[in-house]
Amino acid sequence: MDNQYDLIIVGAGPSGLWAAEKAASAKLKVLVLDRKQEIGPPKRCAEGLGLGWFKRLGLKPNKEWAVQPIYGATLIAPSGKSIQMRTKKVAGYVLERKVFEKHLAIAAAKKGAKIIVKANVENCERKNGIVEVTVNEYTEIKKYTAPLIMAADGVDSRVARMLGKNTANKPYDMDSGFQYEMTNLNTKHYEEKDLNMYFGTEISPRGYLWIFPKRKATANVGIGISAMQEKTAKHYLDKFIEANPKIFENASIIEVNAGAIPVGGFLEDLTSDNLLVVGDAGHMTDPIHGGGIGIAMEGGAIAVETAIKAHKAKNYSHEFLQQFTKEWFERRGNQLKKRLKARLLLEKLSDADFNYLAESLTVEDCLKIAGGEMNGKEKIMLFGKKLMQRPGLIAILSKYL
Amino acid sequence: MGVKIDRTKCCYCGACVSICPVNCMELKETRLTVDNNTCINCQACVRMCPVGAIALQKELKAKEE
Ligand SMILES: Cc1cc2nc3c(=O)[nH]c(=O)nc-3n(C[C@H](O)[C@H](O)[C@H](O)COP(=O)(O)OP(=O)(O)OC[C@H]3O[C@@H](n4cnc5c(N)ncnc54)[C@H](O)[C@@H]3O)c2cc1C
Ligand code: SF4
Ligand code: SF4
Repeated sequence: MDNQYDLIIVGAGPSGLWAAEKAASAKLKVLVLDRKQEIGPPKRCAEGLGLGWFKRLGLKPNKEWAVQPIYGATLIAPSGKSIQMRTKKVAGYVLERKVFEKHLAIAAAKKGAKIIVKANVENCERKNGIVEVTVNEYTEIKKYTAPLIMAADGVDSRVARMLGKNTANKPYDMDSGFQYEMTNLNTKHYEEKDLNMYFGTEISPRGYLWIFPKRKATANVGIGISAMQEKTAKHYLDKFIEANPKIFENASIIEVNAGAIPVGGFLEDLTSDNLLVVGDAGHMTDPIHGGGIGIAMEGGAIAVETAIKAHKAKNYSHEFLQQFTKEWFERRGNQLKKRLKARLLLEKLSDADFNYLAESLTVEDCLKIAGGEMNGKEKIMLFGKKLMQRPGLIAILSKYL
Repeated sequence: MGVKIDRTKCCYCGACVSICPVNCMELKETRLTVDNNTCINCQACVRMCPVGAIALQKELKAKEE
């Protein structure tokens, strides 16, 4: 009796834990399983979360895990020239994810969700309309059952594949990420209140390199590059650090992180019989900057709405569950698809284009853009004026903005 | 045939698992396992790995010789 649940969530990351709290609040009997012995580390993340997500999710920033308020972004062109977009108000936070996820877990457990760590899901099998989940807890094999499984098991998801749904990513749609958390950085040479992003085909092919400040003189210093590159992400990051002694000369590495980021190969269908796929497992990330914390949590919450309906109707068929896919695309996915198009255009920018933009935009222009004072048409007018001499760029940007 | 993992380099991030077209890799907490009987030598994981911890067996042997 005890091993029967209404919903089994595999993966105690942001998507799984957020979904667990929502489902438990709706009085579903929920089990969360994670293979790690500790919720949180190792992080596969630069930990930036925009203020919009706090509002959308109804999440209150807490000093214990929202450790660094961020006021804007500084974009650095290949020439070294920077564009700063900053507002007076807080625009987001850099999190301490290991603490954040513990908080999410505690909140979910408080609502009645059961969480088990060091529990690797080895197999899932449908038996008479119910799924039997085989779990290796320490060395003991245990079985749990539920009519509905949520695959919240991250980018390397295998749970959906166990239930016959292929969630593997294609190389073109992936970024390879590598990061050091570093301390004792020289704060004179990067913006401590901004997300610092460096562009250029030499620095970061098809991606960007970042310094996301996280407490005084400490930051996540990382890179995401196309997964099809010959050289590794680590190679490019080490090269950058060596080339910038002003920032890094006296710094120490206090954490090494790696990971993959699905940047655009959306799963067309996030469900199958008895299965909902959310978060990175469902390729739910922003195709332009790769952020996925907020999107994963929202996706988890939308999936729970369908889970509650399925529970009431006692219907866990693929057909019934498909309303989740529909809802998700209507509320988030279609917008992300548009951003994917934009990224494909941005990929066409050459280093010379970037340098030109960085030279020609004024501080006032940037403030207006950052402050949300301009609509799309005005932005095109502005860029249009700047870019008279570079018609190729106008074509690209007019589609983007 | 198949791939070889350099365990001293591997950061157990799962990037390789996410991209393997034949689902022959598995990350169990910190330990990556590969079923080399299923591997089709496509090299997707070799390119994907952020730290260069994966090499085709063939390549490794060639180097060793
Ligand atoms: C280098 C890098 C930088 C990033 N930077 C940012 C950023 O700044 N901002 C942002 O918003 N996003 C960022 N992201 C993306 C973000 O980290 C992810 O989108 C987010 O973590 C997805 O959450 P999730 O809940 O879907 O999966 P995860 O957080 O990956 O959680 C999945 C969980 O499932 C567990 N699991 C997997 N398989 C099993 C199994 N078989 N049995 C039991 N448990 C299992 C895992 O142990 C893990 O805990 C970054 C990603 C990378 C790689
Ligand atoms: S991609 Fe590389 S570092 Fe990550 S788990 Fe695979 S072998 Fe290890
Ligand atoms: S070479 Fe291809 S098939 Fe073999 S493990 Fe790597 S990704 Fe999988």
